[in-house]
Amino acid sequence: MTGTTPRRDWLLHLGVIALLFGVQFVLPAYHYSNFSKIMVMASFAIGYNILIGYTGLLSLGHAMFFAAGLYGAGLTVHHLGFDPLSGFLAGLLAGLCLSIAIGLVALRTSGVSFMIVTLMFAQAGYLLTFYFGELTRGDEGFVLKEELLRVVVGDTGFNLIEPAARYNLALLLFTVCLLGSLILVRSAVGRVLIAVRENEQRTTMLGYHAFLYKLLALVISGTMSGAAGATYALLFTYVGATFAAIQYSILPLLWVLLGGSGTTLGPLLGTMLMFYLVDFSSGETSSYMLLVGAALIILVLWAPKGILGTLREKWVPWLP
Amino acid sequence: MSFGPHLLLALLEGTVTAFVLALTALGLSLVFGMMRIVNVAHGEFFMLGAVLAWAFSTLVPGMPALGFLLALVGSALVVGGVAIVADRLILRRLNYAPEATIVATIGLLYIIQQVVLTVYGPNANPVVPPINFRVVFPWFGYSGYKLVVIGASAVMLAATWYTLTRTRIGLVMRATQFDRETAQSFGIPVDRVYSAVFALGAMLAAVAGVLIVPIQQAHYLMGLDPLLLSFIVVILGGLGSLRGTLVAAFVIGISDGVISVFYSATLAKIIATLFVALVLVVRQEGLFGEKRR
Repeated sequence: MTGTTPRRDWLLHLGVIALLFGVQFVLPAYHYSNFSKIMVMASFAIGYNILIGYTGLLSLGHAMFFAAGLYGAGLTVHHLGFDPLSGFLAGLLAGLCLSIAIGLVALRTSGVSFMIVTLMFAQAGYLLTFYFGELTRGDEGFVLKEELLRVVVGDTGFNLIEPAARYNLALLLFTVCLLGSLILVRSAVGRVLIAVRENEQRTTMLGYHAFLYKLLALVISGTMSGAAGATYALLFTYVGATFAAIQYSILPLLWVLLGGSGTTLGPLLGTMLMFYLVDFSSGETSSYMLLVGAALIILVLWAPKGILGTLREKWVPWLP
Repeated sequence: MSFGPHLLLALLEGTVTAFVLALTALGLSLVFGMMRIVNVAHGEFFMLGAVLAWAFSTLVPGMPALGFLLALVGSALVVGGVAIVADRLILRRLNYAPEATIVATIGLLYIIQQVVLTVYGPNANPVVPPINFRVVFPWFGYSGYKLVVIGASAVMLAATWYTLTRTRIGLVMRATQFDRETAQSFGIPVDRVYSAVFALGAMLAAVAGVLIVPIQQAHYLMGLDPLLLSFIVVILGGLGSLRGTLVAAFVIGISDGVISVFYSATLAKIIATLFVALVLVVRQEGLFGEKRR
């Protein structure tokens, strides 16, 4: 499949990854920690982008996949004493299973109904974290103990919450998601997904089983979001119901729309910009979510293609 | 308290919930039915109504009845104004495209919510009920104000019903819904009708907010629950069917009251939410809705 991806694309994406690897040696401590968080959240956004940007399905419930990963990893490590790697796999598996189940049901609808159905499922997921409050401690959440997050490799060991380990593991997740999405959208499968986005009926008439392709996109998207959630729990140790709330379904939408829906690097750009915008303004006011609302309206009114989408349209047509 | 009185209490509470829910959901249903858009900021109009009710009642301290009437009229007008501005500045420019409108109204949701947080603050504030008597049953006393809520909601519902089916304005609205272009060529100002419908929907939510605030305190995050419940009601009742919306509001409101008294409220909500999602998957027009032309 890699044969269909031009060398220019590889250079650009590997360059971005190399840049992210390089800046860790010069970043001040505060931004160092921010960048780790941004890379995990950007992975979540990349997963979201596969669905909205390349398949044309707008979900309002992606928090449930992120939360499935978060709780899949958090609960197994916290209550069952899983080691971090098994915990991550449990989170990944939770995201995978949930996205298959939701996909089989929700993809029978489309357009506005799909948005409302995903919103409803995510809300049910959010309420479930309260129903099982004894395990999850609901809104308050729980913090994974430091000693549970030790990883032993050969003779040496390290802890996931050491800043360097955290940064590079977040970068690893981000690299896998970014290159995965690049390979996907440049592959034959990716082109069918784009065809479904542009005209589902015509794609079906050409002999493609549109439902299966949509399911595939949703499962990849949900699993990536689950992986991001699991990584978040393990690297930042906090597991709480906030991450299952509607807000975390809206944020990836905003990040992707801002960076450019249907561009591989848009999710990273959007996440980073929004993170620093919110970070900066939350120092000034407690109503920083106002920015989120204003940004959504401005984007939908004047820049529906986002930053990289506009850039691609005007100057860099080869941007994936 | 034995089972019988307990059930009576649950039914009473459920009826109050049902009437307030019917008002809120009717607003959402009206906007969806006429304009074919889903207004995610609908719950924030409810919240805005409640918070404004508190603001108006502090204008006339010591006179709760006057404050209540002032709030009822004032909140509805202010919220209606906000809705018209939002329609003109945002929704009309999007040409009411369904998906873009949802994203924009999500943005509107956060803007209203955060502006209220900035101006009004993060605290919940109570409002004194306009009347203060208790209906005494043999087993328990019941707040008379809640009966006022039922009465006022019923009047509002009837008034909306009358406006839509018996007046010229309602006729114009229904004509626009039936065929927008033909309506326009017959000289109906379709843009203005859309603004009016959006404002009317928002005002119904605001009035519901005003009615609920003496029972439930005004808080900037109170909009989410009525929004989700209204979604549930509108979907069950059939998208765009006003009669279905009313029926569903009573089914959901009363069963919510009963289930919450006897079982876990969270479980009731989970079941309702999942059920509605499945209804929408199986029958896109809702349980009692008619197939779209």
